[in-house]
Amino acid sequence: MSKKTLNSIIYYAFVTLIAFFMVYPALWMLSSSFKQHWEIFSDVLNLIPKEPNFNNYKEGWQGFGGITFATFFKNSFIIAGLNTLGTIISSTLVAYGLARIPFPGRRIIFMTVILTLMLPMQVQIVPRYILFTQLGWINTFRPLIVPAFLGGPFFIFMVMQFIRGIPKELDESAFIDGADRFRIFYHIILPNLKPVVTTAAIFAFYWSWNDFMGPLVYINSPEKYPVSVALRAFSDPSAVTNWGAVFAMSTLSLIPVLVIFVFFQKYIVQGVTTSGLRG
Amino acid sequence: MKKLTKKRKHDLIMGYLFTSPWIIGFLAFIIFPLITSLFLSFTRYDILSSPRWIGFQNWIRMFTQDPRFWNATKATFKYVIFEVPLRLIFAFIVALIFSQRESKVLNFYRAIYYIPSLIGGSVAIAVVWRQIWGYDGIINALLSIFGIKGINWLGDTRTAIWTLILLAVWQFGSPMLIFLAALKQVPQELYEAATIDGANFWGRLFKITIPMVTPVILFNLINQMIHGFMAFTQSYIITQGGPLDSTLFYAVYMYRKAFNDFEMGYASALAWFMLALVGIFTIIIFKTSKRWVYYEAEEGV
Repeated sequence: MSKKTLNSIIYYAFVTLIAFFMVYPALWMLSSSFKQHWEIFSDVLNLIPKEPNFNNYKEGWQGFGGITFATFFKNSFIIAGLNTLGTIISSTLVAYGLARIPFPGRRIIFMTVILTLMLPMQVQIVPRYILFTQLGWINTFRPLIVPAFLGGPFFIFMVMQFIRGIPKELDESAFIDGADRFRIFYHIILPNLKPVVTTAAIFAFYWSWNDFMGPLVYINSPEKYPVSVALRAFSDPSAVTNWGAVFAMSTLSLIPVLVIFVFFQKYIVQGVTTSGLRG
Repeated sequence: MKKLTKKRKHDLIMGYLFTSPWIIGFLAFIIFPLITSLFLSFTRYDILSSPRWIGFQNWIRMFTQDPRFWNATKATFKYVIFEVPLRLIFAFIVALIFSQRESKVLNFYRAIYYIPSLIGGSVAIAVVWRQIWGYDGIINALLSIFGIKGINWLGDTRTAIWTLILLAVWQFGSPMLIFLAALKQVPQELYEAATIDGANFWGRLFKITIPMVTPVILFNLINQMIHGFMAFTQSYIITQGGPLDSTLFYAVYMYRKAFNDFEMGYASALAWFMLALVGIFTIIIFKTSKRWVYYEAEEGV
């Protein structure tokens, strides 16, 4: 065997080994969700269930307090869906304004976007809670949706970077022809934003879907819980006896995320690298 | 001339119209809450009755009479100090390994490596992580094969925080992707020239590769640090801050003060202290960055 093939073998063995560690927790969860109750912890290292069955899924889906996971998933889809929609609308509008329209005050507004980018969300959660209490928004989906319609700094910045890469002649010539800014935005800029809007939509959905602290704070009746908060209530170590059901619902909660990842991988990689590199 | 002013006027109106969502959101959901909470940090406030001005009492209590505040600060610092560099080093090494070769299989692996970043912050994985390190979990089952008696990893003050650090390091996928993209942009001529000059692998690594990606390291460092200081879900679900506050993350403590004890004034003081701390660290990193971050001459044009 030549030195080159030996190197290749070592190389691929190494990257495969790390890949195994990367997926192991998820695989373990998946396999446990198909195991029988007694098997999960007594045969903890075995990744292949002895008699795979869907009982855990059936039992888990019943949820708790008479509320099934159908409700929790529905809540999550409503919140994440509207959050994503709001993010797309607001971030494209604001990004176009900041990237293309010269007007006094633009620099200051851009600065506020950048500064907010570095403001941790958790720091704002107490004052926001007070604000939402005064508005009567507590225990509604509004605190988790309305802010998205007013623009997230990360997404505004990402779309701005993208618009800056579109040749200026494209919209400037239309402007000279007398089209107003709204028409230029709608007919010329927006159709060109497809890739970055896809990336923004994916990340907005992910963040909203995975968000735990937000709904934990703003929502208090179980029938309004999204999946993340429901899972935590469902998996309370002092109350749980049926771990198989917990793992089954945990697995289900990751499926939307993983499905999007499989189909839109290219956009995700692009999103991570471009917004990272130019940050 | 007249046309120009008309254009300007149009742009002025349109500029503010397009950016109005952000302006409204920034004022309503960022500036207003921040100012309110700064004010509240000088009050006693339980939401039900109106806030009562108590001067610096919250702040004095925080620094002098609240050992749990110091526990939380300590645990959070320990977490950030280990988690951020370890994750970045890991991300860099793996990116370096990936950048050595190119193939379809590697693209697949790259995607696999990114999965933990995608799902690692979720409640589902936190629940699984708790079971992995639990007394009858995977780690102890593995150890027992080698005849080692396992310990209660999550219940031991020496090990509990390390399980959370490991969970964070496991999610090195997203900085890895960023490093990988940066590594691909390093001009090949630089390496060729260095090789001709007799530089070995380590010479090239420390003289070319690392300096060329320092801007990306800077970005990652700040980004990860801010996130690290504010970590919540992991501590809240996996260890509940215990044992003996050894994993009591700052955000968890703040959450408990606000939403279990309803001490909104005190929680506001806690939030502002963390904000100041994150701000100071960001400034320090930025200031020192002039010394270690390498910028190409043509950048920024």
